[in-house]
Amino acid sequence: MSNTDKQVVLEAKGISKHFPGVIANNNVDLALHKGEILALLGENGAGKSTLMNILYGLYHPTEGEIWIKGQHVQLQSPRDAIAHGIGMVHQHFQLVPVMTVAENVILGAEVTTFAGRIDMRQAVREVSELSHKYGLAVDPNAVIEDLPVGIQQRVEIIKALYRKADILILDEPTAVLTPQEANELFQIMRELTKQGVSIIFITHKLKEVLAVADQIAVLRRGEMVGSTLPSEATEASLAEMMVGRNVILQVDKSEAHPGAAILQVEDAHVLDDRKTSVVKGVSFEVRAGEVLGVAGVQGNGQRELVEALTGLRPLTQGRFIIDGHDATRYTPRQITDLDVAHIPEDREKHGLVMAYPIEDNTILNQYYETPYSSGVIVNRKAIENHALKLVEEFDVRTPSVTVAASTLSGGNKQKLIVAREFSKPVKLLIAAQPTRGIDVGSIEFIHQQIIKQRDRGVAVLLVSAELDEIMSLSDRIVVMFGGRIMATLPIAEATREKLGLLMAGSHG
Amino acid sequence: MTSNVALIKNSSWLDFLRKTGVWISILVVIGAIYGYLTEPQITTSMLASTLRQSTPLVLGALCGLLGERSGVINIGIEGQMLLSAFTGFLANVYTGNLLVAVMVGVLTGALLGGLLAFMSVTLKMDQIIGGTVINILALGLTGFFYQTGLTTQGKLQPIELGPLASLPLVGPVLFENPPITYLAIILVFVMHYMLFYTRWGLRTRAIGEHPRAADTVGINVNRMRYINVIIAGGIAGLAGAFLTLEAVGSFERAMTNGRGFVALAVMIFGKYMPFGVWGSALLFGFATALQTQLQFSGTIQIPHQFIGMLPYLLTIVVLAGFVGRTRPPASEGKPYETE
Repeated sequence: MSNTDKQVVLEAKGISKHFPGVIANNNVDLALHKGEILALLGENGAGKSTLMNILYGLYHPTEGEIWIKGQHVQLQSPRDAIAHGIGMVHQHFQLVPVMTVAENVILGAEVTTFAGRIDMRQAVREVSELSHKYGLAVDPNAVIEDLPVGIQQRVEIIKALYRKADILILDEPTAVLTPQEANELFQIMRELTKQGVSIIFITHKLKEVLAVADQIAVLRRGEMVGSTLPSEATEASLAEMMVGRNVILQVDKSEAHPGAAILQVEDAHVLDDRKTSVVKGVSFEVRAGEVLGVAGVQGNGQRELVEALTGLRPLTQGRFIIDGHDATRYTPRQITDLDVAHIPEDREKHGLVMAYPIEDNTILNQYYETPYSSGVIVNRKAIENHALKLVEEFDVRTPSVTVAASTLSGGNKQKLIVAREFSKPVKLLIAAQPTRGIDVGSIEFIHQQIIKQRDRGVAVLLVSAELDEIMSLSDRIVVMFGGRIMATLPIAEATREKLGLLMAGSHG
Repeated sequence: MTSNVALIKNSSWLDFLRKTGVWISILVVIGAIYGYLTEPQITTSMLASTLRQSTPLVLGALCGLLGERSGVINIGIEGQMLLSAFTGFLANVYTGNLLVAVMVGVLTGALLGGLLAFMSVTLKMDQIIGGTVINILALGLTGFFYQTGLTTQGKLQPIELGPLASLPLVGPVLFENPPITYLAIILVFVMHYMLFYTRWGLRTRAIGEHPRAADTVGINVNRMRYINVIIAGGIAGLAGAFLTLEAVGSFERAMTNGRGFVALAVMIFGKYMPFGVWGSALLFGFATALQTQLQFSGTIQIPHQFIGMLPYLLTIVVLAGFVGRTRPPASEGKPYETE
């Protein structure tokens, strides 16, 4: 099989996985060679996670075989996968926040003395040894919740190595990292491969693939559409393989012509659910006809800031003014009535009522207005027409507008929200992670819509953890770190490096 | 800094002692010595009564703690205690063997634990409803099958621990107790050791905090929850056995009298730590002992109904004001869903 002289350590042959009504993987072949980094590229929903869960024993393939180091294996559970040397670093870390690094590493594979007593000293020693051997600096006695995500990720890697894994699956490992942390991770990955570890690296970020991979495999709609080498691929060619058509990666936009300030935030302080202060005195303004991007690693107060500005969370200090009205103590309804559109971060929790039909979801922000209701009676016909028009205009793919919103794919859900929010006059758009986890086609569409609104004179506040999105849409960028604004940059002065440093809390 | 944090989080009782226990302990010792010097008899009986009253609370709270540490909220402790008290009593009536009777009580509790586990783990029912089912079931069963006029061959008697029992004050209070009271104290230490120093404990805490993490390293979350909730039920059963076989010697309708719920308050006030639970159970035990003492002495002219409220008022005050920021296990109350 192999076209290189290196040993094949992991091979998937003709893997298919059928879920009721969905073919998640169809006849997928994959070969990983010893000491190589194989990038598995694909859009959300392309079947990457399904394939990896099969390789980690969480799912059982409907058809196909898995070979590890020349041996045909049946993986019934993660335990089997671990026994065959497969380790997985999940996208959402599987660490117990209140326990120490060492406790997390040994969990499930504890070394005990008599009567089940854990040999903690031995565990700490082994963790230190592993961290020295592979250059994964981490304090074995630190408690997980006190550590930054970059370090938590190292703990996950150590966890796999402690279980003698020599095949590592990294599921979207850079999603939560700053660019600098991502670079450190790439160095660690190279160090690991030097010592004989083989890595499958799952991502949808094209830059990273080209930077770190030895081999590239691309999945599209559950099928392996090709494999290539970084030296033979470009971002454009990879994007085309991923989506199946030519994709415009760069958003086409003209220069902004900002007008009067629509949103003014002055010294805003906000608490999170645990009553700790997470927004600590933030001031900025967004003018009509410009996009202000808020960059930052997730969990630096952006979510709470957005919730405060949309009336979902009180400010403990400071105020904000929308279009001349002090909206600090306004309810969400009052804020909506100031012509504010909101694309929330969590579309399933806050964006749509999943059990409602699509048509009802299209009027959530205006059901109380004519023509959708008169008095206490709703006007079904008007609602249906409205929904049909939006579905058509915003290309929401659905068999009908009476099916539940939960039946839509991620991208279509997001388009539905965007359609609803833009279906009434807008002066201010607050968009939080507007394209998280959706397909490239929908991303393209939503980006175009946001720029279209900007050009109509809407003030746009864009909060995103995706640096590429921030850079391609924003006219000005503020960087949030630890609940404060580190800097405000015009787009012309913003580079990835500069933003990355600011996002990590250093003043460039 | 980091190693310090780890130390505190692991050695939970040190933490608890440092924060609250030291001062309380000093006050208690001073109070006890002062009391002993002025009113030796009353002081001795008060302290002994505190320990006795705290026993079912310690056991009930350990039951709750073990469940919640594994991610299952148990508000059915009251019912588990009540039914176990009843079956233990019946076993005593019909066999006359106290050891068998205690075993029957423990088994009954474990069985109800199994029922709670089945409802909350297998059926993924709302755990509050599951606990309520147990409470109503126990109340109904015991009320229905209870007959007056049953007599027993006696109850568990105090065991004097050699020369220790003849020490002044400490002797009669600590070293002259019936077996379940000793057992409760031993269980506090055993539970602490098991939770924080063994493989079982590490896994138990992991499934209560982040079951998915435990699952991905090959730990069977649901099986562990079953085992722990059943063991916890057994401990609640022991508390029930204490009531009929050690404390009172007979059964009355609804005799648990809210102790299962007070135990939950004790657990929360004890910050889900065995030693914390012990300390707060003693406090509640003291409140009960105090109200009994006040009622008997009759020195204060307050209707006895009000004095009788003392332990429950304490529950409300403690839970409303003095608990501060306890942090329950992150996944308690949530059934574990595999994807």
